[in-house]
Amino acid sequence: MSGRYEIRFSGAGGQGLILAGVIMAEAASIFDGKQAVQSQSYGPEARGGASKSEVIVSDGPIDYPKATVVDALLALTQEACDKYSHDLKEGGVLLIDSDLVKRQPAGNFKVVSFPIINTAKNEVGREIVANIVALGAMVALTGVVSKESAEKAVLSRVPEAFLELNKKAFNMGYEKAMAAKK
Amino acid sequence: MAKKVAFLQGNEAAAQGALYAGCKFFAGYPITPSTEVAEVMSAELPKIGGKFIQMEDEIGAMAAILGASLTGTKVLTSTSGPGLSLKQELIGYGCIAEIPCVIFNVMRGGPSTGMPTGPSQSDVMCAKWGTHGDHPAICLVPASVQETYEEMVRAFNLAEKYRTPVMVMPDEIVAHMRERIVFPEQGELEVINRTAPTVPPEQYKPYDTSFGDVPPLAAYGSGYKYHVTGLNKMQDGFPTTKAEIVQAEEERQIRKVEANKADIMKWEEYLVDDAEIVVVAYGSTSRSARFAVNEARKNGVKAGLFRLQTFWPFPEERLLELSKKVKAFITPEMNLGMCHGVVKGCIEGNAPVLGIFRVDGEPINPGQIVDKMKEVK
Amino acid sequence: MAFDYDKYIRPGKLPHIWCPGCGHGIVMKGLIRAIDTVGLDTKNTAIVSGIGCASRLPGYMDCCTLHTAHGRAAAFATGVKMAKPEMDVILVGGDGDGTAIGGNHFIHACRRNINMTYIILNNKIYGMTGGQFSPATPTGAKASTTPYGNPDPAFDIAKLAIGAGATFVARGTSFHANQIDKLIAEAIQHKGFSVVEILDDCPTTYGRRNKFKSVVEMMNHLKDIAVPVKAAEKMSPEQLEGKILTGVLFKEERPEYTSEYAKVIERAKAAK
Repeated sequence: MSGRYEIRFSGAGGQGLILAGVIMAEAASIFDGKQAVQSQSYGPEARGGASKSEVIVSDGPIDYPKATVVDALLALTQEACDKYSHDLKEGGVLLIDSDLVKRQPAGNFKVVSFPIINTAKNEVGREIVANIVALGAMVALTGVVSKESAEKAVLSRVPEAFLELNKKAFNMGYEKAMAAKK
Repeated sequence: MAKKVAFLQGNEAAAQGALYAGCKFFAGYPITPSTEVAEVMSAELPKIGGKFIQMEDEIGAMAAILGASLTGTKVLTSTSGPGLSLKQELIGYGCIAEIPCVIFNVMRGGPSTGMPTGPSQSDVMCAKWGTHGDHPAICLVPASVQETYEEMVRAFNLAEKYRTPVMVMPDEIVAHMRERIVFPEQGELEVINRTAPTVPPEQYKPYDTSFGDVPPLAAYGSGYKYHVTGLNKMQDGFPTTKAEIVQAEEERQIRKVEANKADIMKWEEYLVDDAEIVVVAYGSTSRSARFAVNEARKNGVKAGLFRLQTFWPFPEERLLELSKKVKAFITPEMNLGMCHGVVKGCIEGNAPVLGIFRVDGEPINPGQIVDKMKEVK
Repeated sequence: MAFDYDKYIRPGKLPHIWCPGCGHGIVMKGLIRAIDTVGLDTKNTAIVSGIGCASRLPGYMDCCTLHTAHGRAAAFATGVKMAKPEMDVILVGGDGDGTAIGGNHFIHACRRNINMTYIILNNKIYGMTGGQFSPATPTGAKASTTPYGNPDPAFDIAKLAIGAGATFVARGTSFHANQIDKLIAEAIQHKGFSVVEILDDCPTTYGRRNKFKSVVEMMNHLKDIAVPVKAAEKMSPEQLEGKILTGVLFKEERPEYTSEYAKVIERAKAAK
């Protein structure tokens, strides 16, 4: 990878998307030795509303910290998908929650969909780790950070009591995306 | 030993930089988008015996840091636009009474409540002209997380060295974005402490110019009893209306900064030497500008970046010099032309200055700057 | 032997700016006697004020003195006290400075119960700016901005302090000069935020607009309306009509702010 790789995590406030972006960027910059910048935009709501977190990964210095042409987009809500998919590049990766995003944006994207939030709720056991399920899936789909680094970054950011839960969530997301990609 | 690294937000780095500089007192009031600074300080200061206080309002926070500074303590407050407006009253007090302090202000949309979560660069004029009366102004405008940390250390140094309030003003993008930061080791960055008086208490005067333009400041409670006021004052700190004293003291306060511009001002020139188009930018916008300059160079356009690291004092002389050899300047900024006006004011009409102004809460993207370059004849 | 006030006054800073007949000088003398009684070390005593006639008082005192901006004394003083709790901090100011523009800082200093003493010289008027009505001006009174009589109700400053959480609240008058030092001394010795309201007179901007023929008449008025709290217990509501209570009005023990913050430091260090 030589140039910029741009990833956007989007959904509703309170879904933990900023943290997902932070972990992705941390995996790249602290554990993988690449350069990364994470930024976000959010509304006045602590919960709800459309929220996005952007991560730029590169081998060289990153000047412009925001997305220019998005390589990979996660959308956990229909609102976020409608609002934040306009600059997803042709052939880019689009990961959506199949239960919540029913209308896909027009364009030639590599669409991967599975019930992300339901996976967290029913298979991992806690809806709160949906962001980590999504992160695992994005790591699998983008390949910009290694799985090992991403896992380390996840574990360095979560409280000790929840290590196993998050590990499970991350791996579940990773496996589901790998399976869905095929 | 490998240096400590972390993936930090601009606001978190600002707090860490303040701690490196020796800050021991923080007073603030909650405000988006700078609250993380207060949160980090509330957690970190008591660990080292420092003090954190959340005051009843922005003015109170500014007052508390000035009071604390007089006890010989390095002090910080953080805020954003509306809070900066409120703090102006006492920023003026800090200037006239010559009390070192650092004000960290994250620029969000304005005026008034504006766009609390959106970025802007529209407080840069407020940093110089916000409080009434003539007074010195130092305003640093970092563009990265690492630079926010380092410039915070420098802000404390400048405040202590010149006995005056210093502002550090990142835009919301720099304040909230996260990047890798390499922490400097103890001793790696210069840390300047306040000059204490050398004379015995009975001879001490808080504005004694026999020690130069920056007189030593004694700490309350260290044996020195003296008076501090917001009125125009004499060397002993007591009020006066004597014309020649007021004039001389006012001029000295300004001179502390003006005569030391070379020490205070900082800027970066990137590909400026042979540039025909020079983009003058600061904060996150300078990152878009660097991206744009690189793009332009790929297409054979001789573009360069003049990146302001201090907004005040403003590097007027250098821009005037450059204006004699460039075809045009471009000033992209998240306001309606604040830097634009200052650049125009200092280049004596030698070159056109093309502005790109955004106040819609969106950053200026590199494409806009590249497009603007095409307008240069 | 006469009390030596000079010991506490900065050489060369008198005469003061106050008008003939103003009670502020009486209060300053009371403060000096209180400082002497308590035995405060002037090198470690900060006297902080805002803006107004009363706020000029610190300039005459040989201490660490801080003449701040209008209304901000309590907030500056909070910074001094937090940063250096071993210092004794005394605030001085007028009714307009403390309860209008500085009202927010005042009530929050009360709430925090930070160990400082606030002496409010209440002359019911903005004197320095020429006699505009303040939050302490009685309804109906004349001021330069109430030419038809004051429509505003007044604050009871002592009650305001009690309501906001001050743990020592006293009231005196500039007529009862010998009581002032005792009230202030007790306030300084109290651990917590203490407020001493001294009812004072401004013959220049209040008296002449409100039919007081002389300073003596204003002084006599203070004498007539003041009722010590003890005496008031035996009086009927009718007898207390138009009177004001003097003495220690309220006192309680409650955790003090800088001591509480010292515990925060201990907890933070333990958690490190």
